[in-house]
Amino acid sequence: MFKILKKTQFSEKVFEFRVHAPRMAKHAHAGQFLMVRINETGERVPFTFANWNPEEGWVEFIFMVVGKTTECLSKLEEGDYIQDITGPLGKPTEIEGDRVAVIGGGVGLAIAYPVARMLCEQGKKVYVIMGARNKDLLILFEQFAALPLEELFVTTDDGSMGEKGVVTLPLARLCETDAIDSAFAVGPVPMMKFSARTCREHKIPIVASLNPIMVDGTGMCGCCRVEVGGETMFACVDGPDFNADLVDWDDLAHRQASYRAEEATSTKLYEEECACQK
Amino acid sequence: MPEVKYRPNIGAPRTPANEEPAEERARDFRPVDTGYTIQDAVAEANRCLDCKKPLCMEGCPVGVHIPQFIEKIREEDWAGALKAIKGDNLLPSVCGRVCPQENQCEGKCILGKKGEPVAIGQLERFIGDMADEVGEAPECKPANGHKVAIVGSGPSGIACAGELAREGFEVTVFEAFFTGGGVLTYGIPEFRLPKAIVKREIKGLEDLGVHFEYNSVAGRLFDAEELFEEGYDALYLAVGAGLPRFLHIKGENLPGVYCANEYLTRTNLMRAYEFPEYDTPIRHGKNVVVFGGGNVAMDAARTALRLGADKVTLAYRRTEAEMPARRAEIHHAKEEGVEILELCNPLRFMPGPDGFVSTIELQRMELGEPDASGRRRPIPIEGSEFAIPCDVAVTAIGTRANPFAKLCADVELNRWGLIETDEDGRTSNPKVWAGGDIVTGAATVILAMGAGKKAAASIKKTILGE
Repeated sequence: MFKILKKTQFSEKVFEFRVHAPRMAKHAHAGQFLMVRINETGERVPFTFANWNPEEGWVEFIFMVVGKTTECLSKLEEGDYIQDITGPLGKPTEIEGDRVAVIGGGVGLAIAYPVARMLCEQGKKVYVIMGARNKDLLILFEQFAALPLEELFVTTDDGSMGEKGVVTLPLARLCETDAIDSAFAVGPVPMMKFSARTCREHKIPIVASLNPIMVDGTGMCGCCRVEVGGETMFACVDGPDFNADLVDWDDLAHRQASYRAEEATSTKLYEEECACQK
Repeated sequence: MPEVKYRPNIGAPRTPANEEPAEERARDFRPVDTGYTIQDAVAEANRCLDCKKPLCMEGCPVGVHIPQFIEKIREEDWAGALKAIKGDNLLPSVCGRVCPQENQCEGKCILGKKGEPVAIGQLERFIGDMADEVGEAPECKPANGHKVAIVGSGPSGIACAGELAREGFEVTVFEAFFTGGGVLTYGIPEFRLPKAIVKREIKGLEDLGVHFEYNSVAGRLFDAEELFEEGYDALYLAVGAGLPRFLHIKGENLPGVYCANEYLTRTNLMRAYEFPEYDTPIRHGKNVVVFGGGNVAMDAARTALRLGADKVTLAYRRTEAEMPARRAEIHHAKEEGVEILELCNPLRFMPGPDGFVSTIELQRMELGEPDASGRRRPIPIEGSEFAIPCDVAVTAIGTRANPFAKLCADVELNRWGLIETDEDGRTSNPKVWAGGDIVTGAATVILAMGAGKKAAASIKKTILGE
């Protein structure tokens, strides 16, 4: 059982939990993830580390409410317990180059943040591009703004904050002005796919952190397999970071949609159950 | 009481197993075989010739004293029988159910030469299952002050843990999942090995003082050096060889195409068959096609039936005679309605309009000369391609080494990523032992347990200098 030490709400649907996990805190690195099973009947869901503190013995992860599991999680409070948390899993993020664009979209910003922070600590020149559908969904703005960045860009689909449009607009400008020599992207599949395309046009290497469906997270089930450069790789043990230029994005998008119908059933039943209890 | 000489009931036929009718059992996850009654067990025990030189024991990879436990069953001394087995095998309820007895103990039984061998597997599980009634009292030597860490709670890790705990070691088992048992839990279905039995065996180890740390991924959450700093004297790596192999053909990543590990893990460990009560989903196919000829392929095919498939086809490159699965499993699968499509190899998976797999293209094969495995090599027949409908496909074509062992400890690996050890399970690292599938590649439960026992003896000898 893992105790929730702190709960923070970033927006209507985005939350952060700090949980007590001393050994995990000692071994966590940027880009790695953990897997949560909320209770006895729960599924296993991966979340990337947002933050950790080995001295105080805790780790943090951020999640957005998208279905039953995340909805259930969002109802837990400080002092409550999560049944199982496994991690750290996956390989830590490694970025080559000295001038790096870190691109985060939606809840992917939670993953982009520790990567940007790590790159700053490594003394690299870091440009951050934050993207979201609207201002309310743009999380961690203050945290990013507090980092010693070269520049911070914000784009929203509706223009409610920063530039109206998508992350590839500032990314293309960074490429064109020769400001960066590498990039890291995490977020929805189309965002990563088009970021990769923009970088390819300018011959800038780009790494993406992928988020396929997982079951065990230790390389055993093959559920999270992705095609990278014509090879079958497992996001949980070979990744989650891959050369974005080589990823088969359409394949990933298809696999992510494998359980849409079941997810809808689960969420609907859960909402009905919650409505009954009110 | 005067001593009466035992006379075996030579003419008696083998006591049949108590199996649920095929058409009923194929629709739910209840155990297929409900096991012997006391009368069955005693009757079967009376068939044993009590050979002077018991060949059955030679057939057992861990050398269980088979005639001794059968004698105790004859005398209806359940505690005595249990003790006689457990000296050699800590998991009789498991082994009695999943060992390939026909190639081991029963394969050597002298009665099998002319008729049917003694049902040693059935007797073993019968006595293992009596543990609850007997109420075993764990016997351990006094604590010797030495700590051993074991990575993996599958058959090999469990066997090693049990042996060491009985010798007075302080044992901690680190397990990546939230529950113990390894392949016994995520791989073997409920209808063949009920999870309650695995839980009971784990509980038995806890009673011996073994400590289990779940959610603990070796090489990520801790490594060998850290454990040694924390005071562990030795480490046993039993992480298994659970990474799936793929066919690497077109369409294999389509939704609806599973590897057996995922299909079985979702069902067994995550209980997807109880969705939506349990949150993990699984696709319920109408036309399910499974590729492979081993026990895992049989488990997947029979699971598909129980998930409500109209038709389950098992496609295999060779013929039924070459299948590596236990004969009993092939028999059970066919009895339940699994259709076997021999001499067929998949060429590609094709999607339907919804993006999920809907058709498989196959090619007919013929058997050529024997290959390195001694089995006749399948050769494709040109122009024999044909397609069959399929909305769920499961590939069960083997596994490879788990990559976490090398992250955990500095040990020498061979070119397949398996750990190099000597006879006793010693690795190139003097404080690290290894055994089970991570040393041999995918093998049987009993061989993995045997390796755990051997390593335990070697660890004991090394640490205590005996």
